Amino acid sequence: MADIAVRAMAAPPSRLLAGVRRGGARLWVGAALTAILVLAALLAPILAPHNPLEQDLLSAQLPPMWMHGGDGAYILGTDSLGRCVLSRLIYSAQTAVIVALIAASLAALIGVSLGLFAGSFGGWVDQFISRLIDVWMAFPPVLLSIVLAAVIGAGLTSVIVAIVVVDWTRFARVVRAETMVQLTRDYAAAARAIGLNRSKVLRLEILPNLVPLLVTLLAVEMGIAILVEVILSFVGISVAGDTPTWGSMIAEGRQIVYQAPWIMALPIGCIIVSVIGLNLLGDGLRLALDPVQRS
Amino acid sequence: MTAALTVDNLRIAIGDTIVLRGASLEVQPGEVRGLVGESGAGKSMLGRAALGLLPSNASIVSGRIAFEGRDLLKMSEGERRSELGRRIALIPQDPMTSLNPVKRVGAQIGRLLRHHLDLSKRAALERAAELLTEVAIREPERVLSLYPHEISGGMRQRVLIAMAFACNPSLVIADEPTTALDVTVQRQVLQLVERLRQRHGSAVLFITHDLGVVAKICRSMTVLHAGRVLEEGETAEVLAHPRHAYTRALLAATPRADRPAETLRPVPPALIDQLWSDARRLDWLDVARPA
Repeated sequence: MADIAVRAMAAPPSRLLAGVRRGGARLWVGAALTAILVLAALLAPILAPHNPLEQDLLSAQLPPMWMHGGDGAYILGTDSLGRCVLSRLIYSAQTAVIVALIAASLAALIGVSLGLFAGSFGGWVDQFISRLIDVWMAFPPVLLSIVLAAVIGAGLTSVIVAIVVVDWTRFARVVRAETMVQLTRDYAAAARAIGLNRSKVLRLEILPNLVPLLVTLLAVEMGIAILVEVILSFVGISVAGDTPTWGSMIAEGRQIVYQAPWIMALPIGCIIVSVIGLNLLGDGLRLALDPVQRS
Repeated sequence: MTAALTVDNLRIAIGDTIVLRGASLEVQPGEVRGLVGESGAGKSMLGRAALGLLPSNASIVSGRIAFEGRDLLKMSEGERRSELGRRIALIPQDPMTSLNPVKRVGAQIGRLLRHHLDLSKRAALERAAELLTEVAIREPERVLSLYPHEISGGMRQRVLIAMAFACNPSLVIADEPTTALDVTVQRQVLQLVERLRQRHGSAVLFITHDLGVVAKICRSMTVLHAGRVLEEGETAEVLAHPRHAYTRALLAATPRADRPAETLRPVPPALIDQLWSDARRLDWLDVARPA
């Protein structure tokens, strides 16, 4: 039967490299911005030039050092209590990263489980979960988290719980729809034809196909989690008052925005850059993870 | 001798539409039976029903499907699943989409082997390489480490055939395995199925719309139209002396190398209409008849 033997086509030299290439600039920029955010959080005690809580009322509301009246000791100036803005920005990244990681992962865990469940069982299970999602999404999310945080009480845990409780629907909805689509594919039928049961088909065959989608969603969700944490700390129901957060910095800066606009502008800039970084990273990873090459 | 597959008076409906109208057929052990019919005849639906893979909106109205004498419809889920992929295997229609796009070929064959044969990961991969050698794939180790999109359609179909025969099945349902392939690859795939069938002694239900394919590899054949069996018998006998007008029309519509193209006759629309109205009248009679 040698006459009908066939030779495999040449495989690409390195799949990792090819993946990185497919991710392109988005992957690099997103990864770099996200790395800066994470490093700032991890290395805050080393990077921050001052204690973020240390007050120096004699040098309050100093502008950034390059502006008129700036002081070289306070690179990005000081707030109304004379605390170093740069140090506070860096320490704020800790809260942002913790909330983004834990809240987004938990929301993903719950959302993906329910989505797979609804998408594969169909019938009344699907009806129940889908209606639940519909009802859930009818509430304004921020209002819902504020109410939740207010009920559970302030603190890091309640911020995370509020985000998870509100945002699991984002994952559930998408995963449910995509599970239904994937289950109609021939490979899913073929997997059932080799005798795999429902849970194995879902875990071993369907879930790996959802990974690119989930990575994107997870990155987007982390950005959203950062935003929600900012909102909650802006209204003062996030972490304890002595922990610096971007939200509380905006709230404080708002009162003196005409005298010292940078105090409010700088945390806003940090938020924008973090969220864009996470979105780009998610987008780049989705392209890089997709094993079917796009030309 | 118990038949490998017995389908008895099977009626299947999708919503209000009836797709199988009391179809019956038997596949004897070791036999290759062709199941022929035009699109919409219900032939794939019959194969899927035997595997328990009907779409969720389809339901079995009545009838019986037995594998080696045991009723598949009355088996428990677990029992049926332990037969699937091991004793009853499927060669799917479209090799391009029937492998999981995000898993390496080796992982997919390994999954099947480990599911049914209780092998270690390493042993499963070694066995997978042997299986690929059996279907004439060179450098099997390398192919095992590739993703489905990195190999050709013909190779994917070989991988799927290797998987179908991996656990020594006694029945293989081949759902138009050659339809998506070009003619040269088709021939190789047919030879391969024939060779593996002989080696494993499996019975094959070969679903196809191509009478040429049936003539090549099927000992017996069943002609299906509008969910009804119109004719069945030994392939040579049916092709030489077709009894049903539809079979004759199908034969006249099949291109052959030894006859000029001008002699080709499309199946007369009047005949098709007649058959469909017969089928629908039967449905009506069934509905009218008190249960």
